[in-house]
Amino acid sequence: MLEVREIEKAYEGQPLLRDISFDVHEDETVCLLGPSGSGKSTLLLIIAGLEKAESGRVLWDGEDLTPVPPHLRDFGLVFQDYALFPHLDVFDNVAFGLRMKNWSPERIRQRLAEVLGLVDLAGFEQRRVTDLSGGEQQRVALARALAPDPRLLMFDEPLGALDRALREQLLAQLRRILHETRLPAIYVTHDQAEASMIADRVLLLHEGQIVRQGVIADVWAHPASAWAAEFLGVGKVVDGMVLDRRSRVETPYGVLTVKCLHEHKRGQRIKLLLRPADSNAGVAISGRAADVVFQQGRFKVTLDNGLFVYMDTAPKKSQQLSVKVQIECLE
Amino acid sequence: MRLPLLQRAKRGAAPRSWLATSPGWVGRLLLWLAPLSFLAVFFFMPFARILAYSFSWEALSAGNLQLALHTLGFTLYQAVLSTLLTLLVGLPAAYLMARFAFPGKSVLRALTAVPFMLPTVVVAAGFNALLGPRGLMNLLLMRGLSINTPPITFVGTLGAILLAHVFYNTTIVIRIVGNSLSRFDPKLEQAARSLGADRRRLWWHVVLPLLRPALLAAAVLVFLFDFTSFGVILLLGGPSFATLEVEIYVQSLYYLNLPLAALLALIQLACTLIFSIVYTRVITASTVQTAPRSAEGNLRGPSSLREKLFVSAMVLVISLLFVLPMAALPIRSVSQLEANRGQRGEVAPGFTTQYYTELFVNRRNSITYVPPFEAALNSLGYAAATVILSLAMGFPAAWGLVKPGPLERVLDPILILPLGASAVTLGLGFIVSFGRWLIHPWMVPLAHTLVALPFVIRTLQPALATIPARLRQAAASLGASPFKVWQTVDWPILRRATLSAATFAFTISLGEFGATALISRPEYPTIPIAIYRFLSQPGGLNYGQAMAMATLLMALAAAGIFLIERSRLPGAGEF
Repeated sequence: MLEVREIEKAYEGQPLLRDISFDVHEDETVCLLGPSGSGKSTLLLIIAGLEKAESGRVLWDGEDLTPVPPHLRDFGLVFQDYALFPHLDVFDNVAFGLRMKNWSPERIRQRLAEVLGLVDLAGFEQRRVTDLSGGEQQRVALARALAPDPRLLMFDEPLGALDRALREQLLAQLRRILHETRLPAIYVTHDQAEASMIADRVLLLHEGQIVRQGVIADVWAHPASAWAAEFLGVGKVVDGMVLDRRSRVETPYGVLTVKCLHEHKRGQRIKLLLRPADSNAGVAISGRAADVVFQQGRFKVTLDNGLFVYMDTAPKKSQQLSVKVQIECLE
Repeated sequence: MRLPLLQRAKRGAAPRSWLATSPGWVGRLLLWLAPLSFLAVFFFMPFARILAYSFSWEALSAGNLQLALHTLGFTLYQAVLSTLLTLLVGLPAAYLMARFAFPGKSVLRALTAVPFMLPTVVVAAGFNALLGPRGLMNLLLMRGLSINTPPITFVGTLGAILLAHVFYNTTIVIRIVGNSLSRFDPKLEQAARSLGADRRRLWWHVVLPLLRPALLAAAVLVFLFDFTSFGVILLLGGPSFATLEVEIYVQSLYYLNLPLAALLALIQLACTLIFSIVYTRVITASTVQTAPRSAEGNLRGPSSLREKLFVSAMVLVISLLFVLPMAALPIRSVSQLEANRGQRGEVAPGFTTQYYTELFVNRRNSITYVPPFEAALNSLGYAAATVILSLAMGFPAAWGLVKPGPLERVLDPILILPLGASAVTLGLGFIVSFGRWLIHPWMVPLAHTLVALPFVIRTLQPALATIPARLRQAAASLGASPFKVWQTVDWPILRRATLSAATFAFTISLGEFGATALISRPEYPTIPIAIYRFLSQPGGLNYGQAMAMATLLMALAAAGIFLIERSRLPGAGEF
């Protein structure tokens, strides 16, 4: 089991990672989800031992890995741009880690047949990696990381450079492989769709801190912070001022009533999440349709006041609409 | 001085202009008339004479062949050793430059580039000023230890030759291998590390294989320069270290054995040709490409103790190697450290301008003695003539090459051929072809023009090719007359290239030693020849004057290098 404890890292004087602590259990895929520049990749490099943290520790089964150099950590890494060795063919790329472990040629050949079969690349052994397509290169990179049978797999935006259809196909394959091998994995991405497909658990990273972690459905249901709600696109976040103890809050959309977990004082400023309502239950707010985008079988309609909802039929541009939203209290 | 050899211009890319309204066959031939007839008379004819000489019975005697073979062997030996040593210094230096950011880095980089363009006499004089029998180190040690003989034996050893070659060519390794290293994707290293490769295996299995094309290219190039080196070997090693170049010089000037010299020149030329072909193969065969990335991405400050030690040690080594010889020269030229010839008793060490003032005095009152001041005048005159001649030949040739037709495709390599011939071979060609005319001093700038012409063409041609037709059309549509167009569009671009080419020609001519050593008349010496003479004469005063002249030449060359660097077209590339 991987334990990451209180990692701190600065880059050019600016804090990049702050107090990062989390665990990765056996047979679990944890997803580090966050925008570019949130320090996700650096965190992977620190876990791999390829970067040094200012403070904090990385442990495996209770053993502190700080003195263990990267080549002895036995963690597999898969990069966004694959980082295949251009001077080696597919076979030699995948065999690289096995050769480093001084495996016999016979054993290497057996293992290669195994992993290349696992990623559907049997017969590609002698191909030059520079001649492969992006998806094939990514599968070679995966096979290369899998081959030495690492105790942990780490993915740094592995599908970022691929088109959507290919991404989903590879993601399904990856999920199957992770399931079959029962390897613990850390998956870094900025794409929540990817995260929701692969992750058992997500860690939301914002400005170098883990702001929320949990099963993705829970995180979606309770984003807990304004930033998380906006990053995930759960709904529209608005500022409000508490008017009285009966949970009436003044907002740009008028005075709204909201139930919060704890009480707020009068005059206190809070943030509200206006989530598109699935049923007809919810508060009606009206506005004009400003933007309509077809998304996965329905239309995402953004109003001129910034709210968005999902509709089955596309409204006309500038059409006056009354939409239903659920109002939630953030933090 | 050897940069543009590698700076093959991309031809035919940009739209062109009044040149593009290309002259017909007749026009083109007229354009080529001057440069081609010049080359025919002063390069190909002498070259044919050398061939004729070397295939005579006189040349192909058993004794000659044995000497030639022996000389070739030593030439290869010293070139291989020099190349290995250069790689030994150059590879860590390239790694330092490609991977680490540290204070003073740009200065260090500029510093390593300077020797590459310095005249050989200056480099030889610099090492002499530092480590020679009258150099700073020896004189200071003799004074400090109260001994009468110089404790360091440097000049006249193979070590001196090797060190000077390392000094000269390390920058090639830094540039070529360093460029390749800095474009290296750090993820490849991270991937290898995460796959279980320790540092040693990372280098052996990933970094070195990927660097191989760059390493090979750098090694072949360094080898080529070491193979054809002349000035440093003659000045620092002495005639006993007979490379092909030195032997050609010795045989033609001292033994007057022109057939043997011609045979050696032929061997030299053949080898150079072979190595050049190998080099071209190597750089075109470097197919394995990692993802291109910005060079700055890989730079960082040294973090671990090991890295800090490496960076400090390398900065120290490079600074010592490059600063000491170049600093020793001007320091030695103003230091009185020993008695002059004829002076008796103890001499107080200290600052002196005597070596400089002596340059203007004909102390010996002899007719054959030419005061250094006159040598400088000769040099400046030759350089000016070289500039005019090489621009006159270079402009039409560069124009012709801008839009290459079938004619130009044949002519292009022909124009660059003189580069492959060493300066000493050019000199020998002049001797066997124009022996009787060599009493005329104007033969020297002709030879210098041959050396400078390929550089001038390679500097002018990219500039001519980059003048975009659109600019010209825009200017014309805005109401500019053809002359105005030329004045406002063409000339500002050409001016820089012309200045650069002229400076190249000027600096090459000032520092040229190989050809000049063979063909210049004793009564018309140039600065490098005068330095060589002073260095080979006894006495502290002569030595001091050599130092003073070499310092002046170094300053002139440095000014030239600075001018060329400043007028370099953006994006024209380092190599």
